[in-house]
Amino acid sequence: MAKILLEMKDITKTFPGVKALDNVNFKVEEGEIHALVGENGAGKSTLMNVLSGIYPYGTYEGDIIYNGNVCKFNNIKDSEKLGIVIIHQELALVPEMTIGENMYLGNECGHKFAIDWNTTYSEADKYLKMVGLSESSKTQVKDIGTGKQQLVEIAKALAKNAKLLILDEPTSSLNEEDSRALLDLMLGFKKQGMTMIIISHKLNEVAYVADTITVVRDGATIETIDNRGDEPVSEERIIKGMVGREMTNRFPKREGVEIGSTMLEVSHWTVHHPLYPERKVVDDVSMYVRKGEVVGIYGLMGAGRTELAMSIFGQTYGTHITGDMKINGQTVKIKKGADDAIKHKIAYVTEDRKGNGLVLSQSIKVNTSLAHLDAISNHMVIDGDKEYAVAEEYRRKLKTKTPTVEQLVGNLSGGNQQKVLLAKWMFAEPDIMLLDEPTRGIDVGAKYEIYCIINDLAAAGKSVVMISSELPEVLGMSDRIYIMNEGKFVGEMKAEDATQENIMALILQSGRGA
Amino acid sequence: MSVGAFFQKYTMVIALVVVVIFFAIATGGNSLMPGSINNLISQNGYVFVLAAGMLLCILTGGNIDLSVGSVVCFTAAVGCVLMSNKVNMWIAVFAMLAIGLLIGAFQGFWIAKLHVPAFIATLSGMYAFRGFSNVVLGGFRVDITNEQFLFLFGGGRDCYIPDFIRQWAGMESGKPNLTCVAIGGIAILVYVLMTLRKIHVQKKLNIHQSIPGQIITTALISVVIGFITWQLANLRGFPTVLIWIALVLGIYQYITTKTAIGRHLYAVGGNEKATALSGVKTRNVYWFAYASIGLMAGLAGILTAARAKGIDPVYGEGYEMDAIASCFIGGASAYGGIGKVSGMIIGAVLMGVINQGMNMVGIDSNLQKVVKGLVLLGAVVFDVLSKRQKQ
Repeated sequence: MAKILLEMKDITKTFPGVKALDNVNFKVEEGEIHALVGENGAGKSTLMNVLSGIYPYGTYEGDIIYNGNVCKFNNIKDSEKLGIVIIHQELALVPEMTIGENMYLGNECGHKFAIDWNTTYSEADKYLKMVGLSESSKTQVKDIGTGKQQLVEIAKALAKNAKLLILDEPTSSLNEEDSRALLDLMLGFKKQGMTMIIISHKLNEVAYVADTITVVRDGATIETIDNRGDEPVSEERIIKGMVGREMTNRFPKREGVEIGSTMLEVSHWTVHHPLYPERKVVDDVSMYVRKGEVVGIYGLMGAGRTELAMSIFGQTYGTHITGDMKINGQTVKIKKGADDAIKHKIAYVTEDRKGNGLVLSQSIKVNTSLAHLDAISNHMVIDGDKEYAVAEEYRRKLKTKTPTVEQLVGNLSGGNQQKVLLAKWMFAEPDIMLLDEPTRGIDVGAKYEIYCIINDLAAAGKSVVMISSELPEVLGMSDRIYIMNEGKFVGEMKAEDATQENIMALILQSGRGA
Repeated sequence: MSVGAFFQKYTMVIALVVVVIFFAIATGGNSLMPGSINNLISQNGYVFVLAAGMLLCILTGGNIDLSVGSVVCFTAAVGCVLMSNKVNMWIAVFAMLAIGLLIGAFQGFWIAKLHVPAFIATLSGMYAFRGFSNVVLGGFRVDITNEQFLFLFGGGRDCYIPDFIRQWAGMESGKPNLTCVAIGGIAILVYVLMTLRKIHVQKKLNIHQSIPGQIITTALISVVIGFITWQLANLRGFPTVLIWIALVLGIYQYITTKTAIGRHLYAVGGNEKATALSGVKTRNVYWFAYASIGLMAGLAGILTAARAKGIDPVYGEGYEMDAIASCFIGGASAYGGIGKVSGMIIGAVLMGVINQGMNMVGIDSNLQKVVKGLVLLGAVVFDVLSKRQKQ
């Protein structure tokens, strides 16, 4: 057995209210490619953030042993000094700067007060050649495609003298061809003795490239699978580890809700990226949702789910949107802007409640009424008493835990913030509610309460579309499920017919077929 | 409320009280004499008016309007030239307000519709309208001789609200000014009634707010209003400029607390994306804020011209900074979404009191600027630190 390069021992990391990592043990041998797989929120990224020093020593329990020494990293610089370099999922390049400038950003060649540009660019060119990129290092990053940008990220990591390279979803924004090239590049580095950790949702890629696969679930390492045999490990085998959890009583039953006529129907819906209009983010999607129905849209991050919902919600995302929309059987054209969507009785509850959903510096009351001020005002003058009564009513209805509705939303916990966000959109009195990751980042108890609210909405005859990347949630809550991958709907299932395995299989098939 | 929380919430009020007491002692009580209070109001009229407009801009996200000083000068210049050419005073007043509003809407257009950074759009306005002022005035001072204009907008010796009550009762004019007393009394009465109604509604709706706290606040503010009223009544009454200040502050208090557009201002500053996704046309909110400060610049132009009985091409320089400083000292957030008219009033009064106090004590004018700078820095640093503590 080869030498163990890295060992993470009994790592426990707690965030307020949530145990993100629970006694995780993780070993990486020198010279291997080690894959880390698991569902969203399983704790993969947290583990890597602990390793790279983003969460400094002292904020977690347990030990990191690298090259035989216990490490106490205070920041990323410390871990990089030892050759541990992480490449994040979102590209962290400055578009307006050249490739060379980007590669040495924060790590400039020469003297602090006199950057040596000749060395910078000649060194940069050297590393670009190593990753097989033929661009000059003086090209601006904005002028090259995402596939090449990913290579620049890798070259940047190499320039930091990486010995252990961590790639977080390196292929999530790449097409098939670029992905394959990247994976082959990784295999090439392995031959030269580099150790790598790859985090990926694409299990076929994992099976192709990894020597060892560690499965993470609910903040714990479940198993480590050896993939050095002649036959690559089957994806079904990996999926079993990823999703094998009990599913009793996590979802409240919805009983006696009658499903009525079709409320919203979109057909051949296509949306283009706002910055790169040639790229289709949502591709020829057709779907419908009926009164009293909860429709789940399952897909991994980046599948185009949010983009689909926001493009329906008053074209708040995307350009060149084509396709037909019918509400209650009537063809409608919603003008650009959320106000017109709200007039058509559509609500979109964002996945990013802090960024796009709530005004954190304002009270619960103000947030609750924001999308429907007309209802509590008279000729643009707000009736303060009425507003307070409304906020109180929703606080009681949704069981938001707060001393008063004058409390600033920024001071609430994630689950309570989510309730305020839901209250805001319920008060807007929509017929169609697009819920985007309604339970992201909140604890199990609050999740259950949110599920109850969703059931109440359906019982009240609303049409609910629930977008989620948590399979159990989609299975537990939906009447019908659409499966989305890479901008397309790749399947539709009734809840009775759906299982974790056959949904995952659909996504994998479509990924391979592309 | 703990002592710490009390100090945190009322820091600037406490600072103001301390400063007032300090200068009262340093000047042997002169700073509280009727003449001083009268001067404080008359001299700082433009600050209140501009700061009210500026507050809306700052609320949208810490955006400021650098052009107001120049716009004040330009509108005043146009008005003075019109009046010196024997144009009817009301037409001149209307022209000044309309020009201010148009300039504000013009600058707001670039900021709202074309996303030009507010700093740059208004910086260009600051240069351009200073230049226009010079052109309109031909480089020289233009005087105002229209007595009615001076009287109404607070210029010259006799710009006080006349004592209607003594006239009506056929009494000799004298002290105290009974109209002044009556107005002050009614203001206190209305204020107290409003507080009582608020407490009543809070009880009805089960809103838990400290009732003694509200009563104490109301009582203290009533005492201050009463004191100022009595002092002014024993001089010549309320200066007419106070009408305009009170009107503007009242309207802006109403806009920020009671109207939908006011709510939108706070929401845009707090989280523009969330506000847009709530169906608010966010760009129009910016436009409103800049149009409003343009109108206020027009009004401030009128007040400035009246106070100086004319206009010089250099008038209004630095006014924008007084307005900005008042808002920030008054607790407005430099990132937007937080700030109140009441806080801004405290900020403006604090600056005014420090200015006047230092003048009376005889501090060198250069040193005065240093002190003002330090007060602004101190106020904002304190604000940042107290927020960090909360987290």
